[in-house]
Amino acid sequence: MTAVADTPRPTVVVEPTTGWSALNLRELWTYRDLLMILAGRDIRLRYKQTALGVTWVVLQPLLAALIFTVMFGRFARLPSDDHPYLLFAFSGLVVWNYFAAVLQRAGNSLITDQRLITKVYFPRLAIPLASTFSALVDMLVSLSVLAVLLVFYGVEPTWRLVTLPFFIVLTAIAATGASLWLSALNVKYRDFVYALPFLLQVWMFASPVAYATSIVPENLRVWYSLNPAVAFIEGARWAVLGSSSITPVMVGVATAFSLAVFAGGAFFFRRVERGFADVV
Amino acid sequence: MTPPAIKVEGLAKSYQIARALGRQPYRTLQEEVIALPKNLWKRALGRADKMETFWALEDVSFNVTQGEVVGIIGRNGAGKSTLLKILSRITEPTKGRAEIYGRVGALLEVGTGFHPELTGRENIFLSGAILGMRKSEIARQFDAIVDFAEVEQFIETPTKRYSSGMYTRLAFAVAAHLEPEILLVDEVLAVGDAAFQKKCLGKMEDVAGEGRTVFFVSHNTQAVRQLCTRGILLEHGRVAADGPTESTLAIYNQRLRDMRVDAETGVNNPENRRGSGAVRFTAVSVEGVEGTERYSFEMGETVRFRLSCRVNTPMRGLAIVVALRSGLSRELVTSARHVVTTDLIPAGETLTVVLEFPDVYIRPGEYPLYLHASEADQSPVNYDVLDDLTPPLVIVGGTAAKHDNFDPTHPYGVFSLPSRMSVEEWPNGVNPQNGQGVTRHERPRIVR
Repeated sequence: MTAVADTPRPTVVVEPTTGWSALNLRELWTYRDLLMILAGRDIRLRYKQTALGVTWVVLQPLLAALIFTVMFGRFARLPSDDHPYLLFAFSGLVVWNYFAAVLQRAGNSLITDQRLITKVYFPRLAIPLASTFSALVDMLVSLSVLAVLLVFYGVEPTWRLVTLPFFIVLTAIAATGASLWLSALNVKYRDFVYALPFLLQVWMFASPVAYATSIVPENLRVWYSLNPAVAFIEGARWAVLGSSSITPVMVGVATAFSLAVFAGGAFFFRRVERGFADVV
Repeated sequence: MTPPAIKVEGLAKSYQIARALGRQPYRTLQEEVIALPKNLWKRALGRADKMETFWALEDVSFNVTQGEVVGIIGRNGAGKSTLLKILSRITEPTKGRAEIYGRVGALLEVGTGFHPELTGRENIFLSGAILGMRKSEIARQFDAIVDFAEVEQFIETPTKRYSSGMYTRLAFAVAAHLEPEILLVDEVLAVGDAAFQKKCLGKMEDVAGEGRTVFFVSHNTQAVRQLCTRGILLEHGRVAADGPTESTLAIYNQRLRDMRVDAETGVNNPENRRGSGAVRFTAVSVEGVEGTERYSFEMGETVRFRLSCRVNTPMRGLAIVVALRSGLSRELVTSARHVVTTDLIPAGETLTVVLEFPDVYIRPGEYPLYLHASEADQSPVNYDVLDDLTPPLVIVGGTAAKHDNFDPTHPYGVFSLPSRMSVEEWPNGVNPQNGQGVTRHERPRIVR
């Protein structure tokens, strides 16, 4: 054996880094248990010490859909593409609530977990990513409520249902990407989370949650479909209910948008995460 | 040749501190937008806000080989914690490089990742995962962790219902069952009761005994002495001494002795000083009866504290406390409070008092000092504390020790109470050892 072979290689080299760095997904993978345990923690904490517990996961979107049904369906008579309005609103809310929940939970996550960030090392991506997964559990519960509603209204499933996971994953990617931007920026500028509820409200009314895309004037439709949430919501509706005003172009725009936001968010996060422990 | 564990070369870390305001490192976007034109204007005039660069670490280099137990010592703000944060990759260095050979377990705080709403079981998994354990690894060690922490009955109870002792035990138990090749520990012994600290120290001795590398940061010199084979002294972010524990500690104590307490440190370093600033210690000296300043005393000697205070805003009287902490557990061993005056003291006055402990019959060891000045009625605001900011009082055996039933091979306890023994019954054929258990009714006076 040569002398060179005797020299052990360092496991870790600690050095100052600058500029953009690789995502280091391999390291994130070795911490996958942490990611899942953090997501589990979020879910447990949310419903501990609540009287109704996990029932809230079912109640929240259902009550919202009922309010929408009364206000927008009955009183305002907004179009629902000839679907029962409750079903129409609920299917939109399932997707939108997931999108909003990821942003809400991840937005402040680095601040909430600042004790972890300043006291122990692990890939910081795990903290906002945990929100993606914990919100997913809520959405799966809502989806099963949706399944019950579909049976109740006698809606037959079609082959389109197979595409539902695609739209959910697309929503998850976009939401995660946006949440990476949001959580990282929020470490330095605390007003991002204050602006978030307002932004989400505006965004929801700019998306076809309570009304169908067909209400939007034809000549504005192109601009409207630049909102990626339109494709997520109408796509999921198309998969579940059948008819919808979704077009392949909208899906394409939304896919490109999701991937761009996600990649941009991930690299941006990696770039600024090295300063988190000093700033937070 | 022993394989390396850590190689550190020219490590440095700087922080930017805005001089103008003691403001938060984060800010709101609104502030930034509003400040933008002003800053641009200032920059155009060449009067940009002065950002002061503070070097928490500067040019730190050392090598640690596998199995070494290294103690990092230094005063508050010397850079000890920053060094650990860099080695455990929590924060990046500004300059330099560190190579780490092996899996690192960092224990910078007991209970990292614990959430009070979660049960003991949930917290074990959460905290274990955060410290870098795989789920399967935690599951394998689960029973051992619960055993070590002695919390079997409460494992399904939210940890917010735990007593603080249980909480700390469970938290440390998780960390203790990490099996890293290199263990970084920061001042965890500062929490918990004496029994718990003993347990922690014992566990760390085990870890060291298994041939793993331990990096132990503390200003508890007694613990460092007990645990470490090598000591590195940090001072203002630089390595001031590196060698066998005893010699590094000797240098450390020498430096502490050379240091003088001055009022400015209190104003500038809020971490070190508490209270409103109405009263500040301006000079502290510990003297023997002969009047020379020293911190080392023989058992039975008289220790004299000469304390000067400046009153900055009018004070309703003045009371002084001098207390000794235990070098190991940091509990207060004894304290003496004296009211100097109950009269109003106008601002700008300076007082000097001398407080004496005649015949200090505490046992050999190190006793960090706790000095406190307040208004005569213990106002919660107008006070000053010097807690372990002076050199510790060092008591050595000396001539009195042997008159005092003190056995240096069994140096247990803090005080020597006068004791006497007589035998009332003994077996036939066994004679009492006359003179061995000294029967003494009165302390001999020390003749100097």
